[in-house]
Amino acid sequence: MAKAEREALLDPLFNNNPIALQVLGICSALAVTTKLETSLVMSLAVIAVLIGSNVAISAIRNQIPSSIRIIVQLTIIASLVIVTDQILKAFVFDVSKQLSVFVGLIITNCIIMGRAEAFAMQNTVKMSLMDALGNGFGYAIILIVVAFVRELFGSGKLFGVTILQTVNEGGWYVPNGLMVLAPAAFFLIGGFIWVVRSWKPEQVEEEFHVGALLEPGHEGNLR
Amino acid sequence: MDPIRDALDKAAPLFEKGGRLEKLYPLYEMHDTILYTPGEVTQTSSHVRDGMDLKRMMFSVVIALIPCILWAMYNTGYQAQFAIASGALPLDNWQSWLLHELGFSFRNTNPILCVIHGSLYYLPVLITTMAAGGLVEVTSASIRGHEVNEGFLVSGMLFPLTLPPTIPLWMVFIGIAFGIIFGKEVFGGTGMNFLNPALVGRAFLFFAYPAYMSGDAPWIAANFSGVDSFTGATLLAQAAVTSGALEAASWWKSFFGLIPGSMGETSTFACLLGAGLLLVTRIGSWRTMLGVVVGTIGMALVLNLAGSATNPLFAVPFYWHFVLGGWAFGMVFMATDPVSSAFTDVGKMYYGIGIGVLCILIRVVNPAYPEGMMLSILFMNMFAPLIDHFIVQANIRRREAGYAT
Repeated sequence: MAKAEREALLDPLFNNNPIALQVLGICSALAVTTKLETSLVMSLAVIAVLIGSNVAISAIRNQIPSSIRIIVQLTIIASLVIVTDQILKAFVFDVSKQLSVFVGLIITNCIIMGRAEAFAMQNTVKMSLMDALGNGFGYAIILIVVAFVRELFGSGKLFGVTILQTVNEGGWYVPNGLMVLAPAAFFLIGGFIWVVRSWKPEQVEEEFHVGALLEPGHEGNLR
Repeated sequence: MDPIRDALDKAAPLFEKGGRLEKLYPLYEMHDTILYTPGEVTQTSSHVRDGMDLKRMMFSVVIALIPCILWAMYNTGYQAQFAIASGALPLDNWQSWLLHELGFSFRNTNPILCVIHGSLYYLPVLITTMAAGGLVEVTSASIRGHEVNEGFLVSGMLFPLTLPPTIPLWMVFIGIAFGIIFGKEVFGGTGMNFLNPALVGRAFLFFAYPAYMSGDAPWIAANFSGVDSFTGATLLAQAAVTSGALEAASWWKSFFGLIPGSMGETSTFACLLGAGLLLVTRIGSWRTMLGVVVGTIGMALVLNLAGSATNPLFAVPFYWHFVLGGWAFGMVFMATDPVSSAFTDVGKMYYGIGIGVLCILIRVVNPAYPEGMMLSILFMNMFAPLIDHFIVQANIRRREAGYAT
């Protein structure tokens, strides 16, 4: 594999993670991660749509008129999402019911629009495929990690199998109710970002400081 | 000459730069500066005009908390003894076993007995808080290479007072650890936190373990499941259910704090004693406190006028809100936290009013969250920088207009 392709595949996992660094696709990361099963299905759905949209858009990128490119991209993505939704309903109906609107909302997932617009429009089909796989798995890693912690500590289970027996079921574990609520995903994603940035300090953004007011161009504010 | 000083000096090379335990220097520094005045003195001219440093400021808050702490020990015991005297059973735990072995009666509301009983619940929570918080504090100070700071002392004193007496100690542990790490350390430690760490810890416990932090069970350390004549619910919770609950209760009893609730927050009187000290020493801002009072009165009057056929809390007059739940404790010790409140003088008033209004709004309109005070303070903590921004901008505009270019 050429170096550029390898980078397109591996960079989005940690170096340029769509959730942890670009902070895209947060809504679904908050909503579907109370259970591992739903997050796994959601991750697969997003990966499938992302591959389909990146490859299709990249293949016709030279035919799309620039003025209507967003409409074309959206049409492709929306068609793929509808197909994915129908497949989920046909084969994993229970999970599909739990995911409810969030499969449909993949259309608005910024990762997919972002990759189509920023990458697939400029790169070859093969590169776009690598990029889709990388970003899809980058998204999936976060969802799986967050769902693992939330399901384990929030209900004492993994994939619905009891690991820590809860007090209500006669065990010893007192489930942490916060983990089932959406804010827990915020804390966990924040913690994940913290860990990744301690590991790769170059991802830390420049800090805002009050002294910026003293720099040229802002003197008026201090009068 | 002085064995402790000698021992510290002997240990010093181990912790200083190049020593074997260099990483643990904050731990050494903490003990040294608590026991002795710091060795370094300012060499050049300095601008300090007051001896009021962080350490003294924090200690003043701890002193202001003493009435609440004493009351926490007394009232926790009193509520338990009183409930047991009314027919409830002692809880099946080591506290009851110890009291029984010591030959104390459970049915007697003798003040000394009450304090002993109460301290058996309060002190373990305090010790756990200090141990857990201290561990987190020393660890993060070692990692970041800054000093262990007295800020934690206050958070660590406040936190146990906001908890119910029956809270399991492991919850105390993770609650304060969460509060210190996510309320303070991730933002850079004491002075950088925009939320009150003790309240973050409490909010975490409230949402994570609601069964242990709300409802009827946790507020009195006794088992009254079989007793019909007695309820363990707080007065605030009772007022939300039955419209006559407050008329039947005594305002003065509530004012002095002989009601079930979180350990340190029941007594408005004890909080006001602390408020006196905070105001005299100017550590707590009178503007914040006044704002809270004004906001509370205003919102309570509005809701009284609005009225509700189904929710009896709408009719609760403002002077009752003063003595229920965590209102007084929150106003005196949490809202006035100099780090997380607004900085500008006018901003402090708006900040306080916001807390008062939101507290009553949450309490009354959503009785599922009786912790209106905690939630409203955390909410306004987040808005404090924005309030300051608008105050500063308004000041700039006013002065710019004065130039009349």
